[in-house]
Amino acid sequence: MQDNIVLRMQGIYKSFPGVQALRNVDFTLRKGEIHALMGENGAGKSTLIKVLTGVYIMDAGEIHIQSGSSGPAGSSGPAGSSGPAGSSGPGRDGLAEVLVPVVNHSPQEAQANGISTVYQEISLCPNLTVAENLFIGREPRKFGLIDWKTINKKADMLLKRLKIPSVSTQQLDDCSIAVQQMIAIARAVDMKCKALILDEPTSSLDDDEVTKLFQLMRQLKEQNVGIIFVTHFLEQVYEVCDRITVLRNGELAGEYEVKDLPRVQLVAKMMGKEFDDLAEIKTSAKSSPDFESETPFIEAAGLGCTGNIKPFDLRVYKGEVVGFTGLLGSGRSELARALYSADKPDSGTLKVRGTEVRFSSPLDAMKKGMAYLPEDRKRDGIIAELSVRENIIIALQAKRGVWKPISRKESENFADKYIALLQIKTAGRETPVKSLSGGNQQKVIIGRWLLTNPEYLILDEPTRGIDIGTKTEIQKLVLKLAHDGVGVAFISSEIEEMLRTCTRMAVLRDRQKVGELSGGDLKQEIIMRTIAGGEKQNV
Amino acid sequence: MRIIPLQRKNLSDTTFLLLVTIGLFAAMYAAGMIIFTNQGFAKPQMFLNLFITNASLIVISCGLTVVMITGGIDISVGSVTALVCMVAAYMMEKQGASVYAAVSVSLGIGLAFGLAQGFLVSYLGIQPFIVTLAGMFFGRGMTAVISKEMISIKNEVFLAWANYKIDLPFGTTNKKGVFQHAYIYPTVIAALVILILVIILLKRTKFGRALYAIGGNQQSALMMGLNVRRTRFFAYVLSGFLAGLGGFLFCLNSAAGFVEQARGLEMDAVSSSVIGGTLLSGGVGNPIGTLFGVLIKGTISSLITTQGSLSSWWVRIALSALLCFFIVLQSVITSRKRKTKSGSSGP
Amino acid sequence: MSKQNPDKDLSARAGASGIQKVLRHRLFFPLLCLALVLLANVAKTPNFFAVSINNGVLYGYIVDVVNRASELVILAIGMTLATAASGGQDISVGAVMAVSAAVCCQILSGGEVSVTSFQNPLVLAVSASLAASALCGAFNGFLVARLRIQPMVATLILFTAGRGVAQLITAGQITYIRVSAYKTAGGYIPGVPIPVPIFFAIGTAVIVALLLRFTALRLFVEAAGVNSSAARLVGLGSARVVFVTYVICGFLAGLAGFVASSRIYSADANNIGLYLEMDAILAVALGGNILGGGRFSLAGSVIGAFTIQSLSTTLYAMNISADQLPVYKAAAVIAIITLQSDVFRGFIRNPRIKNITGSIVFSKKETQT
Repeated sequence: MQDNIVLRMQGIYKSFPGVQALRNVDFTLRKGEIHALMGENGAGKSTLIKVLTGVYIMDAGEIHIQSGSSGPAGSSGPAGSSGPAGSSGPGRDGLAEVLVPVVNHSPQEAQANGISTVYQEISLCPNLTVAENLFIGREPRKFGLIDWKTINKKADMLLKRLKIPSVSTQQLDDCSIAVQQMIAIARAVDMKCKALILDEPTSSLDDDEVTKLFQLMRQLKEQNVGIIFVTHFLEQVYEVCDRITVLRNGELAGEYEVKDLPRVQLVAKMMGKEFDDLAEIKTSAKSSPDFESETPFIEAAGLGCTGNIKPFDLRVYKGEVVGFTGLLGSGRSELARALYSADKPDSGTLKVRGTEVRFSSPLDAMKKGMAYLPEDRKRDGIIAELSVRENIIIALQAKRGVWKPISRKESENFADKYIALLQIKTAGRETPVKSLSGGNQQKVIIGRWLLTNPEYLILDEPTRGIDIGTKTEIQKLVLKLAHDGVGVAFISSEIEEMLRTCTRMAVLRDRQKVGELSGGDLKQEIIMRTIAGGEKQNV
Repeated sequence: MRIIPLQRKNLSDTTFLLLVTIGLFAAMYAAGMIIFTNQGFAKPQMFLNLFITNASLIVISCGLTVVMITGGIDISVGSVTALVCMVAAYMMEKQGASVYAAVSVSLGIGLAFGLAQGFLVSYLGIQPFIVTLAGMFFGRGMTAVISKEMISIKNEVFLAWANYKIDLPFGTTNKKGVFQHAYIYPTVIAALVILILVIILLKRTKFGRALYAIGGNQQSALMMGLNVRRTRFFAYVLSGFLAGLGGFLFCLNSAAGFVEQARGLEMDAVSSSVIGGTLLSGGVGNPIGTLFGVLIKGTISSLITTQGSLSSWWVRIALSALLCFFIVLQSVITSRKRKTKSGSSGP
Repeated sequence: MSKQNPDKDLSARAGASGIQKVLRHRLFFPLLCLALVLLANVAKTPNFFAVSINNGVLYGYIVDVVNRASELVILAIGMTLATAASGGQDISVGAVMAVSAAVCCQILSGGEVSVTSFQNPLVLAVSASLAASALCGAFNGFLVARLRIQPMVATLILFTAGRGVAQLITAGQITYIRVSAYKTAGGYIPGVPIPVPIFFAIGTAVIVALLLRFTALRLFVEAAGVNSSAARLVGLGSARVVFVTYVICGFLAGLAGFVASSRIYSADANNIGLYLEMDAILAVALGGNILGGGRFSLAGSVIGAFTIQSLSTTLYAMNISADQLPVYKAAAVIAIITLQSDVFRGFIRNPRIKNITGSIVFSKKETQT
């Protein structure tokens, strides 16, 4: 067992200001295995990968990597013989393969040490040819000039060997995303990597393309490359992986053989089974009232946005909290964005209060009483340089238009009101919002939307990266809003939180709405089973 | 093993832009030949004149193309040209320096601009436009600092260089029945040599390919282990150097230095590059295209000069309109590309 | 009247916390620059601040500076808005001034090279010239906001073509309007000792300031400039905001062109507004505004404009010609931009860390793979 290990991480710690991102995490990768790394938002997957590839420097811990016969990465040998691929099996037993400790300070250094990463966003140059993307930075030369003939020949051989459907002279841009992904993998493999990290490689591929990618992965596996596969698609894990490591809240939740871990248990591991001992919020609002007689506030029929979310139907009534649940990347955020017209839907219809509407921009949605707290607070939420006050009033101001400004006095009152109401910790209302902590920034955005008096409020991960006290406050606020007749859409990675707040849940998987649960079905186990899919669903 | 048949596009966008350019040039020149047959537009010498008048622009535009491939821009080239002409003229006429000294100083000035601008852009991360805008004003101002008066160059060696005609083995017979050789000047040869060197540099060297990689996707270039900063730095150095050299060629043509010289040349160079298929966003560009961009500019101005009654301002306006057209065309192509790809990546 | 520069030292002596407050104020740096330049002027010409009345009008160096700065103030205000919203600069303003002047003079002269009476009403001419320049602004705005072309590349088109268009309008001539009424905008109103351009500058500053105060324009512009993605999600059409700022910028350039043309009662397409785009950008930067967009200070830009005009006066006093001024101004721009750059700031804060830009930090030794 021991000498099968390609890579071992032990006792990894990493913290960021205010957050312990990784706590005593171990990870082991063996030769010729495909090892899934799973976890929800904030579980520490990407931090672990970044520590491994030298983007971050760990606080404590050790990384060992196999140091064997395969020479240092560098000039690519003749005929593209790729390290472990060429000579697998017992022939190499004579050579000592020992694990040596390494510290990577940059992705380049990690690559030199045999750790290559292929990211979801492809790190290749779209304007160059396939061959060039494979060999850039290490082009074979003749008389000091690049030898295109050799490059193309070597590229074609590599493509052929890995059965990648492309030719060397094709421009990368003209390849499908899947082929681009494969070319990125081929580049890594040809640079003699021992551990290949695939970071969410399948999230933008269709089923057919995924199959092809898996063929390539299996092929590499046979050539003894260790593959770390980061994904949020459960199906794919069960299709291609040998082993699963689950992280939760920056800690190791366990390492399992795939066959020993049924889907439901995996979901449970990722989400954490135990209810935290938060105050049991009263559940009176949870009894699903009978809405059938009313006109729904929102009624979507076949609404979809190509590439983001497959067409779905949804009804939302005022005064209810509907959760969108599913794993990260399941389409729960995309569904919200389609409703709000943050991404313009390209199919289906949307009715608000029974009348059909066609939003051309988020402003139209706002005017119909909608509000949207985006998932990515930094990129889409806060306007960093502006003050807390300005960040709070901006949505209301946009709704009123440029000619009807909120007076200074009025805006100060609004800001003070919401700073007090939401207990925003800030030096003052004129403090730039960027200097607030994450939780307080989130409250500022919530305040921004409450000020517009929304009838339908979409909260996408409002509690992510926020301390437990604030989380509870936000949950209480959601219930209170619903009680006051506001429709709320609630998205969270934490199932307990959703159970505590939602009266109904739309379940999503693989960018598709796969079911709706309410009443007695709102139980952890049933939800997880629906999320997991694959096995018999009792919905 | 299934291999899907390759869906090779019949015409990639880059080739399409280049073909539009070449077609445009051919059409314009043909139109000129038909309309102005009597004014000698059909003579081979007329075509060679395009190269003679625009030799410096070819060199300067090649340098600019290199910078634009990285996604940057250099609008100081016109001022550098003026400064080089002025310095060369001043050295030779007021200080009695030799032509060789003037050439070295010219190249030195270009290099100095390139080094300074390259440092500010790549190592301090300042927007290339602002940096080279400042460079543009600095160069123009320095020209005035050296001399506010026009200096004509009378240095004999210099004039011998400038007027050295190279006869070509073909020509036309004039009205009196005397055969006249078609000719070019050494500047044309210099320009073509530079053009070929830049083509080789871009196509066949690591540095050249790194330029394209940076322009295509800077983050990827970084991840693939390329030294992004150093590459970008040398792109500006090269552009500065070629502006210095181009400036000297310009000087051979004009044989004078004055403040207003080569005003708007940066615009000619930018439009030549863009019309020649260089994307403003970087990653795509080809000196051959740039050459045709320059020839289009040259044709526009010969058409307008030959026509006679139109103001010379029309040259710049027509060129700006053309630039605008190509920018919009690029924008349409890239947005269409983004649209077809948008399905593949989430928000 | 003669003491126009605010005495910063006095308030700074108020106390330790006072000093801190003054140092941190966003107008501190702009005012400091202005004070330095004015001091240099006083050193060079001791009677710099002396104001006298000759023939019923104010007379003196300082009056001249304020008067001459008027066009720049107007331009700087427009440039500030465009910069804040788009994070780029409009380099066509000088050329747009020439277009505006050409349109105005050509309408007034009715096509003649030199006239002694208006051939068409002044109101018509001025409205047409302002409309033409707003149209130029709209053209720039369309390229920047809708086609998302880098502002400076987009405005480069008019930067070069603009003067050509102006030449075409005036048929290559310098059109003279030798009518005293036309000279008013660049001269004096009888009985009022203050030059008229100053009123234009004050008027523009006041109107834009009121616009910012009594509409939500400032918030919209700043939000679009800081985070256009978030601005879109709260219902601000970022593209529309950017477009509007470019139209305003073009319009104000037209106004400045009219004033400049009135000064010389002619339309000189080659020289009106020459090099002024650089001055306007410099004024914005000197005013403490970040050229990358976002928060802006109108007062800062106005102070910046006065600083530059004073600087020009100083340089003229040192026998430096108009042609040579760009050397110093370009050097000033580079210095300010370098001070503003993240890399430089990071270097000052922590000289050891060399790589601050980019999310990925290179190790010193490039790994050749």
